[in-house]
Amino acid sequence: MKARVHVMLKNGVLDPQGEAVRHALGALGFDGVDGVRQGKVIELDLSETSRDKAKVSVTDMCEKLLANTVIESYRVEIL
Amino acid sequence: MRAGVIVFPGSNCDRDLAVAFAQAGADVSMVWHKDVSLPDNLDVIGIPGGFSFGDYLRCGAIAARSPICSAVVEHAKRGGYVIGICNGFQVLCETGLLPGTLMRNSGIKFVCKTIRLRVETTQGAFLQNYKMGQEIQMPVAHHDGNYTADDDLIARLDGDGRVAFRYLENPNGSASDIAGVLSANKRVLGLMPHPERAVEAAHGGTDGAALFAGLASVLENA
Repeated sequence: MKARVHVMLKNGVLDPQGEAVRHALGALGFDGVDGVRQGKVIELDLSETSRDKAKVSVTDMCEKLLANTVIESYRVEIL
Repeated sequence: MRAGVIVFPGSNCDRDLAVAFAQAGADVSMVWHKDVSLPDNLDVIGIPGGFSFGDYLRCGAIAARSPICSAVVEHAKRGGYVIGICNGFQVLCETGLLPGTLMRNSGIKFVCKTIRLRVETTQGAFLQNYKMGQEIQMPVAHHDGNYTADDDLIARLDGDGRVAFRYLENPNGSASDIAGVLSANKRVLGLMPHPERAVEAAHGGTDGAALFAGLASVLENA
């Protein structure tokens, strides 16, 4: 079973890298990009076969390592 | 004073930190990250600067979950002294021993220069040899030194005398110009500037020496 974790900065946390990307897009002539937020996608191959157990386990991984919950939020997808 | 310096793959200030401890009179042991326990009777643990584990995932994140870090957390919880410098500060935030976190510099660029700081408290062994409000200089060299904490936390840190140093010219966008913070018991210090790179005249300044000397005076009398 595969799981995909999306990690994003929480709303209200300034994202300097996203801002740099936004400026670069403007420099390339892409007008009308009001904001860019950059995050991470982490894909996991799991031996677990129960979707419910996988979701619990991956959520625990997010809390303990994959996301820093001081500044980041996460979303777990079981594929 | 017995000091241990943790060495991760990618640490690059470990030997500088060992020299600074030794100059203050410490017996220094280097401790490999895969070790599961610390040498006996350590008084202080130093977590050095560098790029542990290549800054993969987040700065300090992988190092903070390495086997030795459980022992470092236990040492701190027993009231032991810990100092984390630069990447070491990032590691301490990731372990939860210090609050807040360090994000990418607001100006995106790596910042490498000597910078002016103000001493914000003289509580605890690390800071007792400075004067309140003293202006000092130390080098900074980091890409992710932007201290991030919400307003409530910063107010609490200020109220409890836990802000150790503030930047006089903020180089990285840190909240409230914070350059270093202390634990509640003032025995865990994390800071982005490098005191170990300011302990002898050849470094261009010696303002970091008081930090190690302060620690030594407390631990030698213990």
